[in-house]
Amino acid sequence: MGRAKPPSKATDDWSGIIGPALGLGFAVFAFGLSFGVMCIDAGGSVPKAMATSLLVFTGASQFSAVSVIAAGGSAVSAVAGALILASRNAVYGVAVAPSLRGSLPYRLFASQFTIDETTGMTLAQDTPERRRRAFWVTAASIYFFWNTATLIGALAGSSIDTQKYGLDVAFAAAFVGMLAPLIRSPRARRVAAAGAVVCLAATPFVPIGAGIIVAALVALVGLKPSKESAPIIATGGPA
Amino acid sequence: MTWTLIIVVSVGAYALKAAGLVGVGVRDFPAPVRNVIALIPAAVLSALIVKDTFTNGHDLQVDARAIGVAVACVAVWRKVPLWLVIVLACATTGTARAIS
Repeated sequence: MGRAKPPSKATDDWSGIIGPALGLGFAVFAFGLSFGVMCIDAGGSVPKAMATSLLVFTGASQFSAVSVIAAGGSAVSAVAGALILASRNAVYGVAVAPSLRGSLPYRLFASQFTIDETTGMTLAQDTPERRRRAFWVTAASIYFFWNTATLIGALAGSSIDTQKYGLDVAFAAAFVGMLAPLIRSPRARRVAAAGAVVCLAATPFVPIGAGIIVAALVALVGLKPSKESAPIIATGGPA
Repeated sequence: MTWTLIIVVSVGAYALKAAGLVGVGVRDFPAPVRNVIALIPAAVLSALIVKDTFTNGHDLQVDARAIGVAVACVAVWRKVPLWLVIVLACATTGTARAIS
Protein backbone atom coordinates (compact mmCIF):
# COMPACT_ATOMS: atom_id res chain seq x y z
CA MET A 1 0.00 0.00 0.00
CA GLY A 2 2.78 2.42 0.85
CA ARG A 3 4.68 1.65 -2.34
CA ALA A 4 5.05 4.42 -4.86
CA LYS A 5 3.02 3.79 -7.99
CA PRO A 6 5.11 2.82 -11.00
CA PRO A 7 5.21 5.79 -13.38
CA SER A 8 3.87 5.86 -16.96
CA LYS A 9 1.25 3.17 -16.47
CA ALA A 10 -1.54 5.72 -16.48
CA THR A 11 -2.67 5.17 -20.04
CA ASP A 12 -3.07 1.45 -19.61
CA ASP A 13 -4.97 1.73 -16.40
CA TRP A 14 -8.31 1.81 -18.14
CA SER A 15 -7.73 -1.27 -20.23
CA GLY A 16 -9.58 -4.26 -18.97
CA ILE A 17 -11.96 -2.02 -17.06
CA ILE A 18 -14.21 -0.17 -19.49
CA GLY A 19 -14.96 -3.17 -21.74
CA PRO A 20 -16.01 -5.56 -18.97
CA ALA A 21 -17.91 -2.75 -17.20
CA LEU A 22 -19.95 -2.13 -20.34
CA GLY A 23 -20.43 -5.89 -20.76
CA LEU A 24 -21.87 -6.11 -17.25
CA GLY A 25 -24.07 -3.12 -18.06
CA PHE A 26 -25.56 -4.92 -21.06
CA ALA A 27 -26.04 -8.03 -18.93
CA VAL A 28 -28.06 -6.17 -16.31
CA PHE A 29 -30.15 -4.59 -19.05
CA ALA A 30 -32.26 -7.74 -19.44
CA PHE A 31 -32.73 -7.91 -15.67
CA GLY A 32 -33.75 -4.26 -15.60
CA LEU A 33 -36.31 -4.72 -18.38
CA SER A 34 -37.83 -7.68 -16.52
CA PHE A 35 -37.89 -5.66 -13.33
CA GLY A 36 -39.67 -2.74 -14.97
CA VAL A 37 -42.30 -4.95 -16.59
CA MET A 38 -42.96 -7.04 -13.47
CA CYS A 39 -43.03 -4.02 -11.18
CA ILE A 40 -45.96 -2.69 -13.21
CA ASP A 41 -47.54 -6.15 -13.23
CA ALA A 42 -47.33 -6.21 -9.41
CA GLY A 43 -49.39 -3.03 -9.21
CA GLY A 44 -46.55 -0.53 -9.39
CA SER A 45 -46.28 2.53 -11.61
CA VAL A 46 -43.51 4.05 -13.71
CA PRO A 47 -42.46 6.46 -10.89
CA LYS A 48 -42.49 3.61 -8.36
CA ALA A 49 -40.43 1.33 -10.59
CA MET A 50 -37.93 4.13 -11.21
CA ALA A 51 -37.72 5.12 -7.54
CA THR A 52 -37.02 1.48 -6.68
CA SER A 53 -34.22 1.06 -9.19
CA LEU A 54 -32.68 4.47 -8.47
CA LEU A 55 -32.87 4.22 -4.68
CA VAL A 56 -32.77 0.54 -3.75
CA PHE A 57 -30.29 -0.27 -6.52
CA THR A 58 -29.59 -3.87 -5.66
CA GLY A 59 -31.22 -6.19 -8.16
CA ALA A 60 -31.88 -9.39 -6.26
CA SER A 61 -33.59 -7.50 -3.42
CA GLN A 62 -35.77 -5.55 -5.86
CA PHE A 63 -36.78 -8.74 -7.64
CA SER A 64 -37.47 -10.44 -4.35
CA ALA A 65 -39.72 -7.63 -3.08
CA VAL A 66 -41.73 -7.49 -6.33
CA SER A 67 -41.95 -11.28 -6.44
CA VAL A 68 -43.43 -11.41 -2.93
CA ILE A 69 -45.90 -8.60 -3.63
CA ALA A 70 -46.91 -10.17 -6.97
CA ALA A 71 -47.62 -13.45 -5.16
CA GLY A 72 -49.94 -11.63 -2.75
CA GLY A 73 -47.50 -11.47 0.16
CA SER A 74 -47.48 -8.76 2.82
CA ALA A 75 -45.25 -5.70 2.78
CA VAL A 76 -43.51 -7.05 5.89
CA SER A 77 -42.56 -10.28 4.09
CA ALA A 78 -41.45 -8.29 1.05
CA VAL A 79 -39.24 -5.96 3.10
CA ALA A 80 -37.77 -8.75 5.22
CA GLY A 81 -36.89 -10.90 2.20
CA ALA A 82 -35.38 -7.96 0.34
CA LEU A 83 -33.25 -6.86 3.27
CA ILE A 84 -32.06 -10.37 4.11
CA LEU A 85 -30.82 -10.59 0.51
CA ALA A 86 -29.30 -7.11 0.75
CA SER A 87 -27.20 -8.14 3.77
CA ARG A 88 -24.49 -9.45 1.44
CA ASN A 89 -23.85 -5.87 0.34
CA ALA A 90 -22.48 -5.23 3.85
CA VAL A 91 -19.86 -7.91 3.22
CA TYR A 92 -19.11 -6.36 -0.17
CA GLY A 93 -18.66 -3.00 1.53
CA VAL A 94 -15.96 -4.47 3.72
CA ALA A 95 -14.33 -6.07 0.67
CA VAL A 96 -14.13 -2.82 -1.30
CA ALA A 97 -13.39 -0.50 1.65
CA PRO A 98 -9.58 -0.68 1.26
CA SER A 99 -9.97 0.50 -2.36
CA LEU A 100 -12.29 3.38 -1.46
CA ARG A 101 -10.48 5.21 1.28
CA GLY A 102 -11.49 8.84 1.50
CA SER A 103 -13.66 11.35 3.28
CA LEU A 104 -16.88 10.30 4.99
CA PRO A 105 -19.11 11.89 2.29
CA TYR A 106 -17.09 10.07 -0.38
CA ARG A 107 -17.60 6.70 1.32
CA LEU A 108 -21.27 7.42 2.02
CA PHE A 109 -21.75 8.16 -1.68
CA ALA A 110 -19.79 5.08 -2.75
CA SER A 111 -21.96 2.93 -0.47
CA GLN A 112 -24.98 3.26 -2.76
CA PHE A 113 -23.02 1.51 -5.53
CA THR A 114 -21.63 -1.33 -3.42
CA ILE A 115 -23.29 -4.26 -5.16
CA ASP A 116 -22.39 -7.57 -6.81
CA GLU A 117 -21.00 -6.23 -10.08
CA THR A 118 -18.95 -3.34 -8.69
CA THR A 119 -17.46 -5.58 -6.01
CA GLY A 120 -16.60 -8.31 -8.52
CA MET A 121 -14.94 -5.87 -10.90
CA THR A 122 -13.08 -4.08 -8.10
CA LEU A 123 -11.65 -7.23 -6.56
CA ALA A 124 -10.58 -8.52 -9.97
CA GLN A 125 -8.03 -5.69 -10.38
CA ASP A 126 -4.44 -5.89 -9.28
CA THR A 127 -3.53 -2.39 -8.11
CA PRO A 128 -5.28 0.00 -5.69
CA GLU A 129 -5.68 2.63 -8.42
CA ARG A 130 -7.20 0.16 -10.88
CA ARG A 131 -9.50 -1.12 -8.14
CA ARG A 132 -10.80 2.36 -7.42
CA ARG A 133 -11.32 3.08 -11.11
CA ALA A 134 -13.00 -0.28 -11.72
CA PHE A 135 -15.43 0.44 -8.90
CA TRP A 136 -16.52 3.80 -10.30
CA VAL A 137 -16.60 2.84 -13.97
CA THR A 138 -18.66 -0.24 -13.18
CA ALA A 139 -20.93 1.76 -10.87
CA ALA A 140 -21.62 4.29 -13.64
CA SER A 141 -22.24 1.59 -16.24
CA ILE A 142 -24.56 -0.52 -14.07
CA TYR A 143 -26.45 2.49 -12.71
CA PHE A 144 -27.05 3.83 -16.22
CA PHE A 145 -28.11 0.54 -17.82
CA TRP A 146 -30.13 -0.71 -14.84
CA ASN A 147 -32.20 2.46 -14.60
CA THR A 148 -32.60 2.95 -18.34
CA ALA A 149 -33.78 -0.65 -18.67
CA THR A 150 -36.18 -0.26 -15.74
CA LEU A 151 -37.69 2.80 -17.40
CA ILE A 152 -38.15 1.03 -20.75
CA GLY A 153 -39.56 -2.07 -19.04
CA ALA A 154 -41.95 -0.04 -16.92
CA LEU A 155 -43.16 2.03 -19.88
CA ALA A 156 -43.73 -1.15 -21.89
CA GLY A 157 -45.13 -3.02 -18.90
CA SER A 158 -48.59 -1.53 -18.98
CA SER A 159 -49.19 -2.76 -22.52
CA ILE A 160 -47.77 -6.27 -22.12
CA ASP A 161 -49.73 -9.38 -21.19
CA THR A 162 -47.12 -10.91 -18.90
CA GLN A 163 -48.87 -14.29 -18.67
CA LYS A 164 -49.15 -14.65 -22.43
CA TYR A 165 -45.44 -14.11 -22.99
CA GLY A 166 -44.40 -16.16 -19.99
CA LEU A 167 -42.85 -13.10 -18.36
CA ASP A 168 -43.90 -14.39 -14.97
CA VAL A 169 -40.90 -16.76 -15.12
CA ALA A 170 -38.44 -13.94 -15.92
CA PHE A 171 -37.54 -13.54 -12.25
CA ALA A 172 -37.15 -17.26 -11.63
CA ALA A 173 -34.89 -17.49 -14.69
CA ALA A 174 -32.86 -14.51 -13.46
CA PHE A 175 -32.60 -16.07 -10.00
CA VAL A 176 -31.25 -19.27 -11.60
CA GLY A 177 -28.57 -17.18 -13.31
CA MET A 178 -27.70 -15.40 -10.05
CA LEU A 179 -27.59 -18.65 -8.09
CA ALA A 180 -25.31 -20.61 -10.43
CA PRO A 181 -21.99 -18.93 -9.56
CA LEU A 182 -22.82 -19.25 -5.86
CA ILE A 183 -23.18 -22.99 -5.66
CA ARG A 184 -19.75 -24.12 -6.75
CA SER A 185 -18.94 -25.45 -3.28
CA PRO A 186 -20.71 -28.58 -1.93
CA ARG A 187 -21.72 -26.71 1.20
CA ALA A 188 -23.38 -23.93 -0.80
CA ARG A 189 -25.16 -26.54 -2.94
CA ARG A 190 -26.52 -28.22 0.19
CA VAL A 191 -27.66 -24.86 1.53
CA ALA A 192 -29.39 -24.03 -1.77
CA ALA A 193 -31.13 -27.41 -1.90
CA ALA A 194 -32.23 -27.12 1.72
CA GLY A 195 -33.46 -23.56 1.12
CA ALA A 196 -35.68 -24.75 -1.74
CA VAL A 197 -37.10 -27.67 0.27
CA VAL A 198 -37.72 -25.53 3.35
CA CYS A 199 -39.47 -22.86 1.28
CA LEU A 200 -41.82 -25.35 -0.39
CA ALA A 201 -42.49 -27.18 2.87
CA ALA A 202 -43.29 -23.90 4.65
CA THR A 203 -45.45 -22.39 1.89
CA PRO A 204 -48.83 -23.89 2.91
CA PHE A 205 -48.34 -22.87 6.55
CA VAL A 206 -46.71 -19.43 6.64
CA PRO A 207 -47.87 -16.07 5.23
CA ILE A 208 -47.33 -15.73 1.47
CA GLY A 209 -43.72 -14.77 0.79
CA ALA A 210 -42.53 -15.70 4.29
CA GLY A 211 -41.25 -19.04 2.97
CA ILE A 212 -38.12 -17.33 1.66
CA ILE A 213 -37.45 -15.85 5.10
CA VAL A 214 -37.80 -19.26 6.73
CA ALA A 215 -35.46 -20.62 4.03
CA ALA A 216 -32.87 -17.96 4.88
CA LEU A 217 -32.47 -19.60 8.30
CA VAL A 218 -30.72 -22.47 6.52
CA ALA A 219 -27.75 -20.11 6.09
CA LEU A 220 -27.18 -20.36 9.85
CA VAL A 221 -25.22 -23.55 9.13
CA GLY A 222 -22.51 -21.02 8.28
CA LEU A 223 -21.99 -20.67 12.05
CA LYS A 224 -20.42 -24.12 11.96
CA PRO A 225 -16.80 -23.81 10.88
CA SER A 226 -16.02 -25.23 7.47
CA LYS A 227 -12.86 -25.64 5.46
CA GLU A 228 -14.66 -24.34 2.41
CA SER A 229 -14.52 -20.61 2.03
CA ALA A 230 -17.86 -19.22 0.97
CA PRO A 231 -17.79 -17.27 -2.31
CA ILE A 232 -18.14 -13.58 -1.84
CA ILE A 233 -19.81 -12.58 -5.09
CA ALA A 234 -23.44 -13.42 -5.68
CA THR A 235 -24.16 -12.51 -9.27
CA GLY A 236 -22.09 -12.52 -12.38
CA GLY A 237 -18.99 -10.57 -11.78
CA PRO A 238 -16.44 -10.56 -14.54
CA ALA A 239 -15.16 -14.04 -13.69
CA MET B 1 -45.89 -1.85 -4.36
CA THR B 2 -46.55 1.01 -1.97
CA TRP B 3 -44.36 4.07 -1.52
CA THR B 4 -43.82 3.05 2.10
CA LEU B 5 -42.45 -0.31 0.97
CA ILE B 6 -40.12 1.32 -1.55
CA ILE B 7 -38.79 3.84 0.96
CA VAL B 8 -38.27 1.24 3.71
CA VAL B 9 -36.41 -1.11 1.36
CA SER B 10 -34.35 1.80 -0.02
CA VAL B 11 -33.30 3.00 3.42
CA GLY B 12 -32.64 -0.54 4.66
CA ALA B 13 -30.62 -1.55 1.60
CA TYR B 14 -28.56 1.64 1.78
CA ALA B 15 -27.96 1.17 5.51
CA LEU B 16 -26.62 -2.34 4.88
CA LYS B 17 -24.29 -1.13 2.11
CA ALA B 18 -23.00 1.73 4.28
CA ALA B 19 -22.69 -0.57 7.31
CA GLY B 20 -20.04 -2.50 5.44
CA LEU B 21 -18.23 0.26 3.62
CA VAL B 22 -18.44 3.03 6.21
CA GLY B 23 -19.34 1.26 9.46
CA VAL B 24 -17.10 -1.78 9.46
CA GLY B 25 -14.70 -0.37 6.89
CA VAL B 26 -11.30 -1.96 6.60
CA ARG B 27 -11.80 -4.21 9.61
CA ASP B 28 -14.02 -7.23 8.96
CA PHE B 29 -17.06 -9.01 10.32
CA PRO B 30 -16.40 -11.94 12.66
CA ALA B 31 -15.88 -15.10 10.56
CA PRO B 32 -19.12 -16.87 11.60
CA VAL B 33 -21.21 -13.78 10.75
CA ARG B 34 -19.44 -13.45 7.44
CA ASN B 35 -20.04 -17.12 6.62
CA VAL B 36 -23.74 -16.88 7.39
CA ILE B 37 -24.13 -13.72 5.30
CA ALA B 38 -22.22 -15.34 2.44
CA LEU B 39 -24.55 -18.36 2.44
CA ILE B 40 -27.80 -16.36 2.60
CA PRO B 41 -28.07 -15.69 -1.16
CA ALA B 42 -27.76 -19.42 -1.97
CA ALA B 43 -30.61 -20.26 0.43
CA VAL B 44 -32.84 -17.32 -0.50
CA LEU B 45 -32.33 -17.35 -4.28
CA SER B 46 -33.14 -21.06 -4.49
CA ALA B 47 -36.19 -20.47 -2.28
CA LEU B 48 -37.29 -17.65 -4.61
CA ILE B 49 -36.82 -19.93 -7.63
CA VAL B 50 -39.11 -22.64 -6.25
CA LYS B 51 -41.57 -20.05 -4.93
CA ASP B 52 -41.88 -18.42 -8.35
CA THR B 53 -42.02 -21.81 -10.10
CA PHE B 54 -44.13 -24.12 -7.94
CA THR B 55 -46.32 -21.99 -5.70
CA ASN B 56 -49.55 -20.12 -6.15
CA GLY B 57 -50.43 -18.37 -2.92
CA HIS B 58 -50.36 -21.10 -0.28
CA ASP B 59 -50.74 -23.89 -2.85
CA LEU B 60 -48.06 -25.92 -4.53
CA GLN B 61 -48.63 -26.51 -8.23
CA VAL B 62 -46.77 -27.64 -11.32
CA ASP B 63 -47.70 -25.78 -14.49
CA ALA B 64 -46.19 -24.10 -17.56
CA ARG B 65 -43.80 -22.14 -15.36
CA ALA B 66 -41.91 -25.32 -14.45
CA ILE B 67 -40.91 -26.05 -18.05
CA GLY B 68 -39.68 -22.48 -18.59
CA VAL B 69 -37.56 -22.58 -15.44
CA ALA B 70 -36.23 -26.04 -16.40
CA VAL B 71 -35.10 -24.53 -19.69
CA ALA B 72 -33.44 -21.70 -17.74
CA CYS B 73 -31.54 -24.23 -15.61
CA VAL B 74 -30.24 -26.04 -18.69
CA ALA B 75 -29.35 -22.74 -20.37
CA VAL B 76 -27.41 -21.51 -17.33
CA TRP B 77 -25.64 -24.86 -17.10
CA ARG B 78 -24.71 -24.51 -20.79
CA LYS B 79 -23.32 -21.02 -20.04
CA VAL B 80 -25.85 -19.22 -22.23
CA PRO B 81 -25.73 -15.39 -21.70
CA LEU B 82 -28.13 -14.32 -18.97
CA TRP B 83 -30.32 -12.13 -21.16
CA LEU B 84 -30.89 -15.10 -23.44
CA VAL B 85 -31.63 -17.34 -20.45
CA ILE B 86 -34.48 -15.01 -19.50
CA VAL B 87 -35.78 -14.82 -23.08
CA LEU B 88 -35.68 -18.62 -23.51
CA ALA B 89 -37.45 -19.25 -20.21
CA CYS B 90 -40.23 -16.74 -20.95
CA ALA B 91 -40.66 -17.97 -24.53
CA THR B 92 -40.90 -21.58 -23.37
CA THR B 93 -43.52 -20.85 -20.72
CA GLY B 94 -45.46 -18.59 -23.09
CA THR B 95 -45.42 -21.26 -25.80
CA ALA B 96 -46.42 -24.01 -23.37
CA ARG B 97 -49.43 -21.91 -22.32
CA ALA B 98 -50.37 -21.16 -25.91
CA ILE B 99 -50.47 -24.82 -26.94
CA SER B 100 -52.09 -26.23 -23.81
